[in-house]
Amino acid sequence: METETKQILTSDGVPLEQSLKKAERKNKIKAFLLVAPLLLFLLITYISPIAEMFTRSVDDKMVTNMLPKTFKAMENWDGQELPPEEVFASFLFDYTTLIKAKTQGKLDQRLNKEKNGFSSILKKLKRKIMQQKLHTKSMKKFEEGNYKEQIISVHKRFGDVAYWRAIKRTAPPYSIGKYLKAVDMVKDQNGNIVKVEESRRIYVQLWLRTLEVAFFVTLLCFLMGYPIAHLLATIPMKYSNLLMICVLLPFWTSLLVRTASWMILLQQQGVVNDFFVMTGLVADDNRPEMMYNKVGTYVAMSQILLPFMVLPLYSVMKTVSPSLMRAGKSLGGTPFVSFWKIYFPLTTSGIGAGSLLVFIIAAGYYITPELVGGASGKLISNSIAYHMKQTLDWSFASAMGLMLLTGVMVVYWIYNKIVGIDNIKLG
Amino acid sequence: MALPSYTETRYRIWHYIYLAICTAIFIYLIAPLFVIFPLSFSHDEFLIFSEEMKRLDPDGFSTRWYKDMVWGTKNPWGLAAKNSLFIAFFATIGSVLIGTLAAVGLSSRYMPYKGIIMAILISPMIVPLIISGVAIFFFMAKVGLAATYKGIILAHIILGTPFVVITVTATLSGFDHSVTRAAASLGSAPINTFMKITLPLILPGVISGALFAFVTSFDEVVVVLFLAGLENTTIPIQMWVGLREQLSPTILAVATCLIIMSTLILVSAELLRRRSERLRGIKLHN
Repeated sequence: METETKQILTSDGVPLEQSLKKAERKNKIKAFLLVAPLLLFLLITYISPIAEMFTRSVDDKMVTNMLPKTFKAMENWDGQELPPEEVFASFLFDYTTLIKAKTQGKLDQRLNKEKNGFSSILKKLKRKIMQQKLHTKSMKKFEEGNYKEQIISVHKRFGDVAYWRAIKRTAPPYSIGKYLKAVDMVKDQNGNIVKVEESRRIYVQLWLRTLEVAFFVTLLCFLMGYPIAHLLATIPMKYSNLLMICVLLPFWTSLLVRTASWMILLQQQGVVNDFFVMTGLVADDNRPEMMYNKVGTYVAMSQILLPFMVLPLYSVMKTVSPSLMRAGKSLGGTPFVSFWKIYFPLTTSGIGAGSLLVFIIAAGYYITPELVGGASGKLISNSIAYHMKQTLDWSFASAMGLMLLTGVMVVYWIYNKIVGIDNIKLG
Repeated sequence: MALPSYTETRYRIWHYIYLAICTAIFIYLIAPLFVIFPLSFSHDEFLIFSEEMKRLDPDGFSTRWYKDMVWGTKNPWGLAAKNSLFIAFFATIGSVLIGTLAAVGLSSRYMPYKGIIMAILISPMIVPLIISGVAIFFFMAKVGLAATYKGIILAHIILGTPFVVITVTATLSGFDHSVTRAAASLGSAPINTFMKITLPLILPGVISGALFAFVTSFDEVVVVLFLAGLENTTIPIQMWVGLREQLSPTILAVATCLIIMSTLILVSAELLRRRSERLRGIKLHN
């Protein structure tokens, strides 16, 4: 039996299916063209610089660029015994060029990191080269040929193969050194990854503190946000609208204004301390320091981030029918039991959404810790800003920034699984 | 919230404790804003409530810090305010234009790769500001726009568009697409349909997005700290500098003005939200 489906044709004689597909493709292109300007704009000005931060953070071409001839000569050296004459000659040439450009200092520093004591013998070499330039007679000049012997005669450590291996180790154009530094690790002279000396470990502590502050701020926000979101969701509309202002006004107020008010409240002669003295909690001459430490960071950040917890909680609690609680009570549950067994489980999605939101924001917070945190309340973002502006170690700042970003992205991914990006609501 | 008459005493007590806790939390939320008002009218330059102020003695109060804010020679608040408004104005226009376009495209049911594109478009809202600051600074430095108004405006467009995209997409999610089809069937050109039918309906979303973009730009300090040169200082930068160096009551006068401004913005945002709900409500009654 032959089944023949007759194709439906449009008025132009084109099969309907084909015509429909064409129209859909046209619509797809139209929709995409509307999004394209913003997408392109963000890809160029925002996403690609973030990607560039990665290349910046692993970039380690400095030594390679400073000693081009040396590295070329080293290509054939196996690293077992002292390098051949050619390497010594090229190194002397490269280093003299650097001295002329007055940029050898950076190289000294970098190589000294790779091998302790490198800087001092390089300084000796520099002095010798400078004297040669000045044509002083006191020291023997470098003569043509047999540079190996002459350089070793400047300092016998140039005859130690370990120093030359150190130079060769810097050859790969990329290194994870900045990432290691961000977790207080370092590559030692044999290329093993080890922890830095105890006294110089600061970053692991900083990461842990960032986690700790973000966690406790989230917890505080949850503990304070839950009751008031519940109140807002259960009282009559006319009261809740009024009380909602208390949540929304801080939300819309400048961050710096809110931080300023906390600085006024928490200072030693401030209102909070006055209140403590008045109620007799503390003696007048023994006012506690509440600012420029972790207490200040906690108190101010919790208030600033509380609206981000309350708003998602409120929108979830609004959907919980009050009759459920009444049903629980009528079946013999005490208010506590019916709250714990019925109401609370129904609001967990709101708790998840609010907590993750607060956690993400808190982990990357910069302004408030910088102003009220003092030395013990600073977070990783403050360290990023410090390296961007003060030490100008931009590759290290990039490395730390990307590590922070990765952490935030993981949390955000969880957030997206639980809530969905499309469900972010504002105000 | 009235308790039913059969409530036991211990739950009654617990209920009042709960209300007291809520009151305390509300005070914690809102009180810090109000401490600024009286202190900005202080006569002294110390940021504490003086004895005169506690006695409500008129001598303890003055408007000298407001005068200082407007006419003070040392304070570049005038320049900062002008810069802030200028930057926020253009950043808002830019954000609203490309943000609304993108939101309309995203809401089309034909849009391919919706999830990933949405994630990219709102990424500036999720990425910690400090990282955005570093990235944007690298870009602006590369193209020679660091320490220029153009650079700062572009940076604020980046930070402001996610809000516009989100608010407009939210408005469009309840949008009845049959009205645009009706317009098309009656012979209206797409651009005409957009201007006459779609835009008026999504206008509340667009304006509230614009408010968010404006506030974001007006209040933004982290990225500007990386980008701004000496002459393009803004109000947040001036406040930042003031808070770090010495807390002067002039800052409180500025802060008071900012609080009044944010109250006005809050009220308009709230009115817009209600209008938007009403507009969408009409559709539901069909």
